[in-house]
Amino acid sequence: MSRPGSVTWLAAHELRLGVRDWLSLMTAGRRRRLRTVVIAFAVFGVFMHLIAHPMVARYAGAQPDLPTLVSVTGVLLLSFSLLLSQAMESVTRAFYAKADLDLILTSPVSPQKVFAVRIARIAAAIAAMAMAIALPFVDVLAFNGGVRWLAAYGVVAAMGAVAASIGVALTVALFRLIGPRRTRFVAQVVAAVIGAAFLIGLQVVAILSFGNLSRLAPLQSPWLIAHAPGATSALWVPARAALGDFSALGLLLAFSLVLLGVTIALFSPRFGDHAIAASGVSQTVVRQHRRGFRLRSPKQMLRRKEWVLLARDPWLMSQTLMQILYLLPPALLLWRSFRDGTTALIVLVPVIVMAAGQLAGGLAWLSISGEDAPDLVATAPISARSLIWAKIEAVMTAIAVIFAPLIAALGFASPWAAAVAGFGVLIAAAAATDIQLCFRVQARRSQFRRRQTSSRVATFAEAFSSISWAAAAALVAAGTWFALVPALTALAIIGGVRLIAPPRD
Amino acid sequence: MMSQKRPVALALRGLTKRYDRPAVDGLDLTVYGGEFYSLLGPNGAGKTTTLRMVVGLLKPDAGTITVSGIDALADPAAAKQVTAWVSDEPMIYDKLTPFEYLEFVAGLWRIDAKTGEARARELIDWLGLTPHMHERCEGFSKGMRQKVALAGALVHDPKLIILDEPLTGLDAGSARQVKTVLRERVAAGGTVVMTTHILEVAERMADRIGVIANGRLIAEGTLDELRHKSGAASATLEDTFLKLVAEEAA
Repeated sequence: MSRPGSVTWLAAHELRLGVRDWLSLMTAGRRRRLRTVVIAFAVFGVFMHLIAHPMVARYAGAQPDLPTLVSVTGVLLLSFSLLLSQAMESVTRAFYAKADLDLILTSPVSPQKVFAVRIARIAAAIAAMAMAIALPFVDVLAFNGGVRWLAAYGVVAAMGAVAASIGVALTVALFRLIGPRRTRFVAQVVAAVIGAAFLIGLQVVAILSFGNLSRLAPLQSPWLIAHAPGATSALWVPARAALGDFSALGLLLAFSLVLLGVTIALFSPRFGDHAIAASGVSQTVVRQHRRGFRLRSPKQMLRRKEWVLLARDPWLMSQTLMQILYLLPPALLLWRSFRDGTTALIVLVPVIVMAAGQLAGGLAWLSISGEDAPDLVATAPISARSLIWAKIEAVMTAIAVIFAPLIAALGFASPWAAAVAGFGVLIAAAAATDIQLCFRVQARRSQFRRRQTSSRVATFAEAFSSISWAAAAALVAAGTWFALVPALTALAIIGGVRLIAPPRD
Repeated sequence: MMSQKRPVALALRGLTKRYDRPAVDGLDLTVYGGEFYSLLGPNGAGKTTTLRMVVGLLKPDAGTITVSGIDALADPAAAKQVTAWVSDEPMIYDKLTPFEYLEFVAGLWRIDAKTGEARARELIDWLGLTPHMHERCEGFSKGMRQKVALAGALVHDPKLIILDEPLTGLDAGSARQVKTVLRERVAAGGTVVMTTHILEVAERMADRIGVIANGRLIAEGTLDELRHKSGAASATLEDTFLKLVAEEAA
């Protein structure tokens, strides 16, 4: 047993908290669900291996020639941007979660040790998450191409350590540059931009150069390969490691661990100061513009309250920004198609419908379940039906405002595609809202990040409903009756949700 | 009895709510207009369940609830229009200012803008919130949040104010302000029903006290009447309360 207060003792404590937090996240706090979760994971794992096989099996024999190194590096950069985004979000959360800060800082344990362990925990959590995502793909490659592919796990671990290091450095830099209050919002936005930037960048290049949304097209272009450094360049060390070069893997792991060590040594002494500064943010004063009361009906007041709260929610704003960022490539495709008069517009319809469904699900959860004063609205002299309708209207109006400009622009290029997209947005948003309504719970808005755990059925139903409506919209836009298949699937999902939703008093 | 000449503000008859066991068990209770009524009882006695049924947050299994002559189960909106609810956890929105919060509450209760704003400004001033009226509530202390919630409860000028442990976690100054506001409401003809674990508050403020245990009303009356019932004429409310609860448990 390690000595209390030592690094290993603290690491064991963090590990225990981390495991329990993860279990709570997976089982929504109900331990009885653990067996179900294990079975679901096993089934999902098998399913993902089946999906991964046709996607990557043909690359199992890949050799480290220049085109392969360029493509693998591109894929690694794409993954790394997502890991970095996740790291920044984790570091921001670690700064702003007051949690046990008082206990740590008033105990005789060195805060530097505690925060060193916490930074390492962030790196480990990110690496574990990335390994879990990579697992089916690496397994398929190793099964078909030999054990050399297992080196990819090492690459993923190294990427986790580097992402955590850069995430800590970037967040601390933001703290010092713009202060704790602004950092909470800006770090979220920066994380969203970083997470989306490389992916969107590839799509933008693909659209401008190849006229499609494929991310791999630019990575395989002769121009890029002609201008890339030679195959012996140090730039390709991560790609070589992923392809099974164990000396490159050793180099990469050594570099990532040294970087993580330097990050811990540099930033852990000040981590506590930043966390204290962040915890003081809620004490700072934000003044709002003064104006008098305006005559409004209860429903109007409820709608307005929802919009004000949505607009003042920094976490939601960053999530919305992420959704809007992902709409940029389709918007670019729209602009290019409009200019060139091509028929690629049909690709846009499902993207827009899917994004609307997903965004509506989040907004509906915040509005319907994330009510911070449930007793207040429940004791107001307004019927439950009016209350729910006001919240639904608030969500649908927000969706309409966000998507109207894109659909209007689409209307100039193709009125038919715009009409289909507009109808699809409405129906996907209404379906997502209906699902949230069926599975509504009483929660605080601050629990938004964990909304998926409150009902896994709602989460999957929302995702499959959006996908089905997106597919139906695409097929309608293409003018085929096959659209009925996904549309009926989506209706079946809604029907199923209504059947299994918990009864309401 | 003077109370019998007053109109009835709240009448509960045979009120019942069961979970695994009866939480409220055929409760009969009458509170008169212009009265400060304090509901006491040990933890789990059924106080909060009773009050949550009165304000429409829980549906009773049996019984009736009448608020100012309105059947609250048949016409909940009309009953809610004249009732306010304040719990121990202030029900406010972190991202709204007190002024915005009161505008929202006034809108929910259909108070016209001019009257609502005038009342809101008066309450904000009364509760010492004027310097903070345009600041978001997210940085407020527990006492300030409870004052905002209380202002929200009063902005629609309710006839019946129901409070569940409203003084929990408040400092002495804030607690005194809240008590003063409640006394003034009663003096102005309003009715207050309040649960509290701070027996001195009930002793000093309540016109009548009801003691509830195991979901039933075991004693009710003025402090003197309760003392008399417990058989100790000079006892404090704490002694009286503990004796009554012990007798019920036995």
